Amino acid sequence: MTTAPMNMIQALNSAIDTKMAEDPNVLSFGEDAGYFGGVFRVTDQLQQKHGLTRSFDAPISECGIVAAAIGMGAYGLRPVVEIQFADYIYPAYDQIVSEAAKMRYRSGGQFTSPITIRSPYGGGIFGGQTHSQSPESLFTHIAGLKVVIPSNPYDAKGLLTAAIEDDDPVVFFEPKRLYNGPFDGWHEKPVSPWKTQELAQVPTGKYVEPIGKARVMREGSDVTILAYGTMVWVALAGAEHAGVDAEVIDLRTLVPLDIETIEASVKKTGRCVIVHEAPKTSGFGGELSALVQERCFYHLEAPIARVTGWDTPYPHAFEWEYFPGPQRVADALKAVMSGGR
Amino acid sequence: MMKNTPTLSLRVPEPSGRPGDAPDFSHLQFDPAGAVSRPEVSTAPYEMRDHAFRLVRVLDDEGQAVGPWDPKLDPEVLRRGLKAMILTRAFDERMHRAHRQGKTSFYMKCTGEEAIAVAQGMILSREDMGFPTYRQQGLLIARGYPLASMMNQIYSNAEDPIKGRQLPIMYSAKDYGFFTISGNLGTQVPQAVGWAMASAYKGDDKIAISWIGDGATAEGDFHNALTFAAVYRAPVILNVVNNQWAISSFMGIAGGLETTFAAKAIGYGLPALRVDGNDFLAVWAATQWAEERARTNQGATVIELFTYRGAPHSTSDDPSRYRPGDEHEKWPLGDPIERLKQHLIVLGEWSDELQVEAEKDAVEQVRAAGKESEAIGTLGQSRPSVKTMFEEVYATEDWRLVEQRREVGV
Ligand SMILES: Cc1ncc(C[n+]2csc(CCOP(=O)(O)OP(=O)(O)O)c2C)c(N)n1
Repeated sequence: MTTAPMNMIQALNSAIDTKMAEDPNVLSFGEDAGYFGGVFRVTDQLQQKHGLTRSFDAPISECGIVAAAIGMGAYGLRPVVEIQFADYIYPAYDQIVSEAAKMRYRSGGQFTSPITIRSPYGGGIFGGQTHSQSPESLFTHIAGLKVVIPSNPYDAKGLLTAAIEDDDPVVFFEPKRLYNGPFDGWHEKPVSPWKTQELAQVPTGKYVEPIGKARVMREGSDVTILAYGTMVWVALAGAEHAGVDAEVIDLRTLVPLDIETIEASVKKTGRCVIVHEAPKTSGFGGELSALVQERCFYHLEAPIARVTGWDTPYPHAFEWEYFPGPQRVADALKAVMSGGR
Repeated sequence: MMKNTPTLSLRVPEPSGRPGDAPDFSHLQFDPAGAVSRPEVSTAPYEMRDHAFRLVRVLDDEGQAVGPWDPKLDPEVLRRGLKAMILTRAFDERMHRAHRQGKTSFYMKCTGEEAIAVAQGMILSREDMGFPTYRQQGLLIARGYPLASMMNQIYSNAEDPIKGRQLPIMYSAKDYGFFTISGNLGTQVPQAVGWAMASAYKGDDKIAISWIGDGATAEGDFHNALTFAAVYRAPVILNVVNNQWAISSFMGIAGGLETTFAAKAIGYGLPALRVDGNDFLAVWAATQWAEERARTNQGATVIELFTYRGAPHSTSDDPSRYRPGDEHEKWPLGDPIERLKQHLIVLGEWSDELQVEAEKDAVEQVRAAGKESEAIGTLGQSRPSVKTMFEEVYATEDWRLVEQRREVGV
């Protein structure tokens, strides 16, 4: 298959574009997502290519956007909707949680919600508290939802394609810090563009990366780092900085979770560090930690460590103190390597 | 410092009567039957604003059909409608009693509101999709959905079509054009708009219809739905069933004293009809008007159906604690079944004897269905396999559900 270098925005755009070309039941809408192509340009040119009724602007009503998508999904379409920032997904929360997630179950399989809810999430862009949050754990807790978070252009396209084809509702969080290039958390260093990365060689045609499979980003023998989204790159940088032979696993899908890959890795390394941007308390790291403890306890040589955002609202001026960086990852790695914290 | 302006005071709306008071409906002013004009379906919403404040009525006090909204229905259709309403009421009676007998955990009647779901269910086709709230059982009954299947759900027994997962009465019947009911009020309305948008997007000819209570119109979902319906000109009928009460809160608490519920449409540029919900013919005619508008690609209509919730909100409610006990009997728009019956008698197409027979027949049908369903079991006597608890959470079970199902031992 022919490939082309793409950044994450282009890869996501290509995923929706190829699905729209292939399946007339796929349509895309959201605030500023039509003519303008989205404030991050993920839906750029889709209206021009596929027509006004297939890619259009929506009222500033996240609840209405998701509810309309649910109705369309029940009709037999596969709507892909954009919530402009994940921080604005809360007005749609009830429709996602009480409606989309439960549709198949509560109707005894008569109605389904094959919808994809895309949303840029996460920090590191000086977005302040209403443009930086990571609300994934609010969705991983909800039976009936799938939660997918890619960390690179190749996975972004393959996973979004899978999400659109999935018969269940998928909440698809796009780490906006990674839209234009990988980011290793050293904010004072220049950021490399995606084109220097292998995972930015993206097939131009359709392909699918299965939902529910983690990717081992770096093999290692000393400690397993579990991360997703921007934190995958921070974890890689942190391992290098610490000089520890870490196995870095990009979860890619939080629900369903690739428990086998996690379990095999932790049993091999005997140590586990979990990294996410969201606040610590009741974050997805708590769930990961519990699962690793349940399944790998007798293989663990040190307590599981979590490196996360703090339990404060996302601050503007203190972004680099809030955002987990390679130094904190390195500190955690050194601590688990020496047997504890 | 002295002020020479009055202090502010907070107004909390109160209904016209509380327990012990005589019912007082003197504040309600209705157009007489036949008085409201019937605009062309193509009328611009701003040219028919009056219709949001007046009341479309067809049946007069003598049971005659009068005025421009008379749908001139075949007597056979009227009889079918009447029988479906009678059956709905008989079903409600029996299920309410079943709750008292401990056979189910919960029930909700639609007493006094039967004309709405029955007429509207008869007009639209099963290919169209209804997005009901919990008082549209008449739609399933008018369309001949098996009564025993409804009861199986009410009893959560082994034959419950949705496998013991939902409250009683929260039906789901795709083949009957009946969307799965949510316990979260109002969520279905913007979904109906989305469904209608999908039909329009596909170039199909199906339309959607939704219902919401007067109380739930205060939810944001309702207003989001109106925005989307207007913006995308969705082929959908948006009903507000104003039955005066939202559990113990009268319709003034949802804003019903400030304007009518129909008039909420005006700000969105949608046409509105305010209709006597206890008048089968008026409900029919208004729905047909809205249907034609939707099917001819002219978009959505908001219909306020003015009615009264005769029964308690649910089996968990005691209305004598918040409203005059005999308020329902004094409802000035009467009873929908009595009014249609009277009309058919005036037409020479029905009689008191036939009415008695139809009521007996309805009780008999319900009893037969009850026997069939109770043989399978009432609540706790039988239920679907516990295995089904773990099914259909996703299209395919993931490892967590497999492990948890094994933990339960099924
Ligand atoms: C979102 C939500 N809030 C509250 C409730 C609890 N509740 C159930 S029915 C009801 C009253 C609804 O009144 P109305 O919309 O007028 O409908 P009616 O019962 O009169 O048909 C309330 C408050 C609910 N089910 N969902």
